[in-house]
Amino acid sequence: MRRMLIVGATSAIAEATAREFAKKGDALYLVGRSQERLQAIADDLRVRGASLVSVCRIDLREISAYEGMLDGASEALGGLDGALIAHGTLSDQRACELSVETLLDEFQVNAISVMAMCTLLGNRFAAQKRGVIAVISSVAGDRGRRSNYAYGSAKAAVTAFTSGLRQRLNPLGVSVVTIKPGFVDTPMTAAFKKGILWAKPGAVAKDIVAAMIAGTPVIYTPGFWRPIMWIIRSIPEFVFRRLSL
Amino acid sequence: MPSQATSWGRWPRHENESATYDINNRFASLPGKAGVSMLPYGNGRSYGDVCLNRGGALLRTRGLDRFIRFDRAAGTLECEAGVLISDIVDLVLPEGWFPPVSPGTAFVTVGGAIANDVHGKNHHRAGCFSGHLLEFDLRRSDGTALRCSTQENRDWFEATVGGLGLTGLIGRAKLQLRRVPGPWVRGDSRRFGSLGEFFSLSKESDRDYEYTVAWIDCVASGAALGRGVFMRGNHAPNDSPEPRRAVLRMPLTPPVSLVNGLSLALFNQFYFHRGSASQPEALWHYRTFLYPLDRVLDWNRIYGPRGFFQYQCVVPEPAAEASMGEILRRISRSGVGSFLAVLKNFGPGASLGMLSFARPGTTLALDFPNRGAATLKLLESLDEITRSVGGAVYPAKDARMSAASFQQYFPAWQRFSKFVDPKFSSSFWRRVTGSTP
Repeated sequence: MRRMLIVGATSAIAEATAREFAKKGDALYLVGRSQERLQAIADDLRVRGASLVSVCRIDLREISAYEGMLDGASEALGGLDGALIAHGTLSDQRACELSVETLLDEFQVNAISVMAMCTLLGNRFAAQKRGVIAVISSVAGDRGRRSNYAYGSAKAAVTAFTSGLRQRLNPLGVSVVTIKPGFVDTPMTAAFKKGILWAKPGAVAKDIVAAMIAGTPVIYTPGFWRPIMWIIRSIPEFVFRRLSL
Repeated sequence: MPSQATSWGRWPRHENESATYDINNRFASLPGKAGVSMLPYGNGRSYGDVCLNRGGALLRTRGLDRFIRFDRAAGTLECEAGVLISDIVDLVLPEGWFPPVSPGTAFVTVGGAIANDVHGKNHHRAGCFSGHLLEFDLRRSDGTALRCSTQENRDWFEATVGGLGLTGLIGRAKLQLRRVPGPWVRGDSRRFGSLGEFFSLSKESDRDYEYTVAWIDCVASGAALGRGVFMRGNHAPNDSPEPRRAVLRMPLTPPVSLVNGLSLALFNQFYFHRGSASQPEALWHYRTFLYPLDRVLDWNRIYGPRGFFQYQCVVPEPAAEASMGEILRRISRSGVGSFLAVLKNFGPGASLGMLSFARPGTTLALDFPNRGAATLKLLESLDEITRSVGGAVYPAKDARMSAASFQQYFPAWQRFSKFVDPKFSSSFWRRVTGSTP
């Protein structure tokens, strides 16, 4: 049995991942914004086999609430073995171009709050000399594209941040897993027309759990995104700047 | 967002003609725009247009897939309405429980099972799905939520079971499961040469077997008319290891239907004469016995881009044998029909649902590739017989019955219509009542 913290637990990917943990009988601490949705997910995870589920409602924009939440998680589960940080929003690129306020708010949610959470968790796990921190970044963070560079650059910050954190914490026995999902069919992407590149949250969740158990540094999920993103990163800038991706 | 939703028969097709909303939160009020009708859409396993709402909106409920409470001692399960029967089996079978009633596929949602008041191979004993439904919550477009059971809001319960999703959105349901000793079904299968033999086999088997069902050769004619294979079984303890879950997928839609006169004749000959048609002692895994077609995902594609019709009717005693004989004669003469035609005697129990389909009598279900007017004409001629003996056709499988037929088959439809949510509608409902969207 592991004791897992799940931040952004009402997101589709987080919920699917929590189900994988529940099947293994893990103890779970769910953090999110909606009490009734957290409660519904907690009930479901208990039925599916989780040995213990507690929930905590906070607004993740309020970084000052994080320490209290982490204390609460440790207390409820009797310690922490790992954490999945899965909260985020899919920024409206056009709105971020028109409003600095919107842009900064997206950064607050998708980058700054994630880095703050990683810092606090990282220090706790460093002190106990073990643990795994998995963070949902995105393939969008691999290269800024005009269709979503507000979201992409926030995810790029998360990718770079977790890379450095991994170097710092690995020698102390703590793994940091950077997860880069491609297109996932979730409520966040409900407005998109789905094609063959789209994955189900359940498949992504299986990859996440496997990576967390193995301590894999960086995963693309589904795996075919690794070569796709390698190609996209390799396109020379004089070509890339003329593309409309 | 445009809709890619179709029904299982892949006809009628009108993608991009309905808006869709994904429902993920059972506590939220219903979405929607003024003047646009809504209809819940589960896993799209009903065949015709009961799950379609051309020009309106579909409320996709697969996101409502959470369990709420499973009482392992009492065998009761509370869950959200988008949970699949197959998810329920995976959860409860290891604890010695099983869904009390399930249709021929486990890939239906609980909400869909309620809305179509489905039946299974154990109807003669267990009745319809609604008979095991302890309660459910119904969310209406006016923002109210009704808890419904046979004790509470009973009229809403009776309207909603079999109510084709028209009375509101089912958010949560509580079911009574049945005890089973494990995943195995023990029984036998044997060939029969005529309808008369089917009826006597059925009579003799229904008392001692939980599940009875017959495959019938819809191509056979003359002396062989009504021949088939009768299968019966009971849940039984057995220590064999579980078979691996082998799943195939029909990878593409062929340009024309692969089901045609020739393939049909070959298949039916083979199916009737194959060795395993006659097994004095058989042991089936529940998936093979109850959900044989679930092994092939997207099997409905074999009918090609034009899709297919399913026809399922029930004809009552005492004319059941004669009228079923006439139905089979007309199908056999037409030379079309399906690989898997299924014949079963329903039990005596009547369902509570105002529009529930299953009722005492004999039911036949089979597919027909869509060949346009010729197919529609054949199906109407089958309806002629069904109507003349006071039978009914199953809305869950239907894309073409006339308004007059429906209103004769379901005389409670006017009483039912008072329970239809004013903002809910379906392509089916408009077709059989002549109402506007």
